[in-house]
Amino acid sequence: MERIPILKMGPFLLVTIQIDLYDRLALTLENDLINMVSQTGARGVLIDISAVSIVDSFMGRILGNIASMSRIMDAETVVVGMQPAVAITLVELGLTLQGVHTALNVEKGMELLNTKLINNWEQDEEEEEDQDDRND
Amino acid sequence: MEIVREQDVVPFRNRVREFSTRIGMSLVNQTKLITAASELVRNMLKYASGGKVILEIISLNAKTGVRLTFADQGPGIADVAMAMRDGFSTGRSLGLGLPGAKRLVNEFDLKSEPGQGTTVTVIHWKHGR
Repeated sequence: MERIPILKMGPFLLVTIQIDLYDRLALTLENDLINMVSQTGARGVLIDISAVSIVDSFMGRILGNIASMSRIMDAETVVVGMQPAVAITLVELGLTLQGVHTALNVEKGMELLNTKLINNWEQDEEEEEDQDDRND
Repeated sequence: MEIVREQDVVPFRNRVREFSTRIGMSLVNQTKLITAASELVRNMLKYASGGKVILEIISLNAKTGVRLTFADQGPGIADVAMAMRDGFSTGRSLGLGLPGAKRLVNEFDLKSEPGQGTTVTVIHWKHGR
């Protein structure tokens, strides 16, 4: 069966969608990604849709699902490379991709994930310090 | 063109792209039309387990456009006004399909009787108006 490859890059997972997905392939990707997040303990998922010419409400829902599921698994999702025509269409369709972070290209998306990782890490540190203070 | 399985969706979208490219439609307008077509064909598969789509290039008052007619023999829509509302769905989806598709194309017409199936006709002009 056809599958979209998922690459591991440090603490992140990288997916490049290079064809127009039909439904079953999209659902398989959703499944595979969540399993990968769980197996690898990835902290971020980057989805490159620069080669996708059509995002309809189904595809939009899949992207939203991946983001919410990853968040529950403690990973952030960034969708990058959306074509301008796709963005215009999505807004008119009424799909706002809530909860999905976006970036212009893979590079910016990686930056965003890195910042988020550092921020989360700092937050954890602070919380730990707070706890230490209280213990003192 | 007959649509009976979800695998037919992508080839169907490519056909719509072919037709809109043939009349020289811009990329944004193509994307709008194909997305709308994708929503409608998905509805047809989901609620009527498939149907037929007629693709045509039409000319009217010096305007050229693509007309798509989606006809199915499904259960029909009991409350069309309700179905056209954002966020309303009987099928656990986002409820954007019909109202979203209507916003994306220039002309949209829906005829449905419960038990008689549904026919949706959309037209998108070359210049998007």
